[in-house]
Amino acid sequence: MNKEHRPLTFVQAINEGIRSRMREDDSTIVMGIDVAGAAGKAEEGFIDHFGGTFAMTKGLIQEFGTSRVLDTPISETGFVGAGVGAAAAGLRPLVDMMFVGFIGVCGDQIFNNMAKMHYMFGGKVKLPITIQAQTAASGGNAAQHSETLYSIFAHFPGLKCVVPSDPYSAKGLQIAAMKDDDPVVVFQSTRLMGVNFNQHVPEDAYELPIGKSRIVKTGNDITLIGIGTTTRTCIQAAENLAKQGYDAEVVDLLSISPLDEETILSSISKTRKVVIVDEDYPKCSVASELSALAAEKAFDFLDAPPKRVTAPHASIPYTSVLEQLHFPSVDNVTYACLEVMN
Amino acid sequence: MAKSQSSIPKEKLMWMFETLVLIRRFEEQAKREADQGRILGTHSAIGEEATPTGICAHLRDDDYVLGNHRSHHHCIAKGVDINEMMAELLGKATGTNKGKGGTMHIADATKGMLGANGVVGSNIPVATGCALSAKVQNKDNVSVVFFGDGASSQGSLHESMNLAAIWDLPVLFVCENNRYAESTPFEYAVAGQSVANRAAGYGMPGVTVDGQNVIEVYEVAGEAVERARKGDGPTLIEAMTYRYHGHFGADNPMGYRTPEEQKYYEDKDCIIAMEKFLIENGTATQEQLKAIDDDAKARVEKATQFAIDSAYPDPSELLSDVYIKYP
Ligand SMILES: Cc1ncc(C[n+]2csc(CCOP(=O)(O)OP(=O)(O)O)c2C)c(N)n1
Ligand SMILES: [Mg+2]
Repeated sequence: MNKEHRPLTFVQAINEGIRSRMREDDSTIVMGIDVAGAAGKAEEGFIDHFGGTFAMTKGLIQEFGTSRVLDTPISETGFVGAGVGAAAAGLRPLVDMMFVGFIGVCGDQIFNNMAKMHYMFGGKVKLPITIQAQTAASGGNAAQHSETLYSIFAHFPGLKCVVPSDPYSAKGLQIAAMKDDDPVVVFQSTRLMGVNFNQHVPEDAYELPIGKSRIVKTGNDITLIGIGTTTRTCIQAAENLAKQGYDAEVVDLLSISPLDEETILSSISKTRKVVIVDEDYPKCSVASELSALAAEKAFDFLDAPPKRVTAPHASIPYTSVLEQLHFPSVDNVTYACLEVMN
Repeated sequence: MAKSQSSIPKEKLMWMFETLVLIRRFEEQAKREADQGRILGTHSAIGEEATPTGICAHLRDDDYVLGNHRSHHHCIAKGVDINEMMAELLGKATGTNKGKGGTMHIADATKGMLGANGVVGSNIPVATGCALSAKVQNKDNVSVVFFGDGASSQGSLHESMNLAAIWDLPVLFVCENNRYAESTPFEYAVAGQSVANRAAGYGMPGVTVDGQNVIEVYEVAGEAVERARKGDGPTLIEAMTYRYHGHFGADNPMGYRTPEEQKYYEDKDCIIAMEKFLIENGTATQEQLKAIDDDAKARVEKATQFAIDSAYPDPSELLSDVYIKYP
C-alpha cells in the first residue's frame, strides 16, 4: 500500500484513529469539553475553535456534525455518566475527560458504573465506551493538572487501560480501544505531544492488540520497562548504557490492564535484571505491580531484585526547578540500571 | 453609575479604585511574563476586576475567599501581597506557596485567601465548609467563593447551594459570568440562560448584577454579606462580566467571538467607568487618580523585581509539605 514515509505527530495519529472509527461506525460519537469549541456559533462563522484541548478531535465536527461531536458543559459526572448510559443503550462513545486528575469529579460514574455494570448484570449489558485522559507534568501545570494516575483505573476489574508511547502506537491503540466491546481508558501523555518522532504512521485503520506489550529495543544485559512517556526515557537510557558497553532491552508496556505477562516475563528471564520506569506516584502503582510480577513469576531467573524508578510520593510542584525533579530522568534511569548490574 | 453612591464612604471608593487599578497593572505584567515565555501562561483577569473588588470591599481578614483557576484578581482584592504573588508566578521560594502552587493555586491563609483552584467547581463545597465552621463556632465571619459560568454546570455548586440553604450558612456563591467557558458560550451551556435564577430552587436570594460596575457590585454584595453575618444564610450573585483576553496563555478569542462584542465590553470598562464616576462625583481629581495608577505601576514593577531577585526553592522542597508528620 502506502510505501511513502508518512510522519504524523502523536496528536495527529490519535486524530486519524478517531476519525477512521467515526467513518466506519455511525454509532461512534465523541463527547467532552471543547472537543470542538465555540458551540452553537457555526452560523456566526465560528466552529471547532479548539478541537479538544490538545486538538485531538480537530476537524471532526465539520465531517460528522453536532449530533456525533458533542461539546459538553463542564459537568464531568454528567457527561461521563451519559457516555456510560449511551454505551449501554447502543452507542460507542469516546469521552474525553481532559486532564486525568478530573477523575476526581467523575469517579463515581467510572468506578461504580462503567467498571461494574457488565459484571453486576451477569454479563447482560455491554459498555463499548472509551475514555481518553491526558497525563503527565509538562511545564508548570502544577498539582492538579499534571498527574498520571494509571493505577487508580487499573485497580478496577472491568476496565481495560492502555498507554501509547508514540504516534504509531497512539493510532493503533486508539482504534483498538474504540472497537473494543469493553470499557477502555486511553492515557495520553502531554509530554509526547510536542515530540518530533519522525515516525511512519500507516494510513490504513490498523489496530494494536490491547493486552500486548512490545519490545522496542532488544538486548541481553538488562530489561527496562517503560510506560507511555517513560518508554522514551528508557530508550534514551539504553543509548547511554550502550555507550558504556551494556546491551539493554526496552519493553514498551502499552497495556496496563490486561498486562502482557508473557512478553514481560520472557524478557526478564532472558536478561535476569529489570528496571521499571513509571512517572506515576510510586505507592500501589503499576511499577509496584510489575515489580511484584517479576518477583512472583521470575524470581528464579533474577540476578538482582527488581528496581523501580518512579515519581516521588509527593504532589507535582509548579516551579520548573522542582517539577523536573519529579519526573524520572534519563540519568536516574541510567544510574539505576548500573546499580542493578553492578 | 449607580444610585445610592452617596452612602459609600470616600475611603471605600478610593480603595476600590486603587484595587481595580492594581489588579489591572498586575495582570498586564503577568501577561507580559507569559508572552515572553518566562512562565507557561495564566488565566488573565483583565476586564473582570470589579466583581471581587466590590465584594471584598466588605470583607475582613478573617473572612474567607476561595477562587478558581482565574483568581489573581480575587487574591489582590483580598489583600494578598503582590510581591509574593509575582514571586509565585515565577516559581520562586518567596512566593505565596513557595513556588509549589503557581498561578492556579495562590493562597494566603493569613489574609483569608484559602486558595485558587484548578479543578472547575472544586472550591465551592470547600467554601461551604468554611461557612459551616463559622456557624458551628458562632463566629460572624463569612465565606465567599468565586466561580465561572462554566462551573455553574458542576454538581458541586448545586450540592453546596442545597447544603448552605438548609443550614443557613454564611456563604456567598459568586458566579463571574464572563459569557464563555474556554470557547463554550454561556448561551450554549447554561440551560435557562441564567445562573442567578437557580437560587430560587434552593430558596435563597439570587441576584444578577452588572459586573463591570463596581459600585453596583458593592451594593449587592453589601446586602449579601450583611445577611450572611446576621445568620440569615447564603446568597447567589451572578455578576455579568467579560475577559478581554483569551481563556489561557495564547488562546485567541477571535475564534469564538466578534470584535464588536469585545468592543461593547471594553467600552463598559470598569476602571474607566469608576474614574468617570469619581471625578463627576467630586470624590477625586484626574491628577489624584493618575497618581494612584502611577503608584500601582510602581508597585507592580517592584513586585516583578522582587520576584526576579528571589531564589528558586531548594530541591529538598520537592518532598516537604506532603504531610505535617509522616510516618
Ligand atoms: C473539572 C474540570 N474540568 C475541566 C477543566 C478545564 N477547564 C479549565 S478552565 C475551564 C473553563 C472554565 O470556565 P468558567 O467556569 O466559565 O471560568 P472562566 O475561565 O470563564 O473564568 C475549563 C473547562 C478543569 N480545570 N476542571
Ligand atoms: Mg466563564
